[in-house]
Amino acid sequence: MSQAGTVHAGVAPRQRLRSAPRARLRRGVRRLGFWLSVVVIVSPAILVFLWMLSLSLKNEIDNLAYPPVFVPDPPTLKNYVQVFTENSMGLYFWNSVVVSGGATLIALLVGVPAGYGIARLQAHRLTVLILIARMTPALSYLIPLFTVFQFLGLNNTLTALVITHLVITVPIVVYIMAGYFETLPKELEEAALIDGGSAWTLFRYVALPLARPGIVVGTILAFIFSWNNFVFGAVLAGRATRTLPAAVYNVLTFEQLAWGPLAAAAIVVTLPVLVLTIFIQKEIVAGLTAGGVKGG
Amino acid sequence: MTAETSPAAAPSAFFARRRRNYRRFVFPALFVVGAVIIFPWLFTVWMSAFDWKIGEAPHFVGFDNYVRLATNQRFLESIGHTFYFTLLAVVLPLVLGTIAALIFHREFPFRGALRAVFTMPMMATPVAVALVWTMMFHPQQGVLNYLLSVVGLPPSLWVYSPTFVIPSLVLVEVWHWTPLVMLIVLGGLAALPTEPYESARLDGATEWQLLRFITLPLIAPFLIVAAVIRTIDAIKAFDTIYVISQGGPGTASETINLYLYLQAFAFYNVGNASAVVVVFFTIILALALLLLHVRQRTRWAAG
Repeated sequence: MSQAGTVHAGVAPRQRLRSAPRARLRRGVRRLGFWLSVVVIVSPAILVFLWMLSLSLKNEIDNLAYPPVFVPDPPTLKNYVQVFTENSMGLYFWNSVVVSGGATLIALLVGVPAGYGIARLQAHRLTVLILIARMTPALSYLIPLFTVFQFLGLNNTLTALVITHLVITVPIVVYIMAGYFETLPKELEEAALIDGGSAWTLFRYVALPLARPGIVVGTILAFIFSWNNFVFGAVLAGRATRTLPAAVYNVLTFEQLAWGPLAAAAIVVTLPVLVLTIFIQKEIVAGLTAGGVKGG
Repeated sequence: MTAETSPAAAPSAFFARRRRNYRRFVFPALFVVGAVIIFPWLFTVWMSAFDWKIGEAPHFVGFDNYVRLATNQRFLESIGHTFYFTLLAVVLPLVLGTIAALIFHREFPFRGALRAVFTMPMMATPVAVALVWTMMFHPQQGVLNYLLSVVGLPPSLWVYSPTFVIPSLVLVEVWHWTPLVMLIVLGGLAALPTEPYESARLDGATEWQLLRFITLPLIAPFLIVAAVIRTIDAIKAFDTIYVISQGGPGTASETINLYLYLQAFAFYNVGNASAVVVVFFTIILALALLLLHVRQRTRWAAG
């Protein structure tokens, strides 16, 4: 546009005077259209969350009002208080922390060395195994495990849940770590090897400290996918051992149909995940495409 | 060639000799994967050959479970629902995600922040999101029907209507997963070379021609990766459907996964459910291989 302007400037100054505002107008319209498309594409994402927040901060009368009340006036924390006092949200929150934390911890203990081994052995067939695991419906792990837990009397225990959540956490940690260790330069380890270090020493004192960023990503992704899982908790947990997503579904939808507490509980489940996501913006795609078993 | 690599190859050979040491690193994970992933696979195939209900003694029936599935009207319908749902839940996020990626590929103020907002749905807990959508879909008090009335459209029954239930569920799926497609395509756009654009512009190509004949062919591999992932995830969609419609009204939105869940954990018919898993997995594998085959073909065409 500006190039065209300068050409005109040389040839016919009068014409330039007329065309410059029109060009500016056209550019303005185009920019407006662009921002409009940004708004159109971003607003559904944010509006659903804002509506969730609005529902959680209103009393029940406003929540069921038609036309809907959009801005809570005055906002109330009553719903949050209710889900923690009457629906034992605190207990379920803790269950989720134990299950996701435990499954992530075990996944790190076995998965970080495995990622290292796969990277150094160039054993790419093992990552194909993970991709097949990624394609398998989560329910198909649940049926055999449920049958075995039934036999062992482990159903309704947090132990059974932690074991089942390994289906989610181990593949993602192994996958992320194998990828990460591949990017680390081998030269440092080779130097240490010549100095007479054992494979374990190389791993523990050379590779592991360098892999800290990869471990952080693997941990957060494993924790999020485990935290978000619903169906394992819904099937395997008893009343007192439900994880947060299963509890939100069971307790709040069947025992009472109140939108405020439901929205408050939904926010309690989602908020930790959204906060954790901030730390791994760039690695989310890798996690979601290749890594963990998720959904049903 | 050999002279160059030999100094580096010496320690590598040393590494190779120590392969056994490295295998030890993999064993604990292999044990866990064997127990919670490979064992369930094998046990599923084994269970599928039995008439097996939880709490009753299983007895061997061979391929009977599969034979009965082949004539089970409800199961066959669930395959139809699954394909309908999957088709919509792959195509729409691909189109919208590509558009969003083209937008976010440009430089504009607050781009990083807006992109972060746009990708929020992707990580949000599916059950929590599904519950909020359930409330939004409510025919009387739901905010969606209010929004329809604002723009002058008649109210919809959304998930309470047998015809609209699957498109409504797809709407949630699109909201949830378009950001993932966007991020994958954005990665593709970031890797584009600039030369073809410069020469095409000199030849007087319009923006649309640039998009149609340069950008889209070049990002095709990324679109196919996105399509494969979206297909695998959409076909397995469970949380949203289970929470919002439970497969209903009637069985109007009962996908294979929902049918599977009911067989296993409502009727405790694990033998039959295992046969469903085997068929289901075969379908997923076949679709993934088909799409990867398409990817190979496009690669040949491009090369």
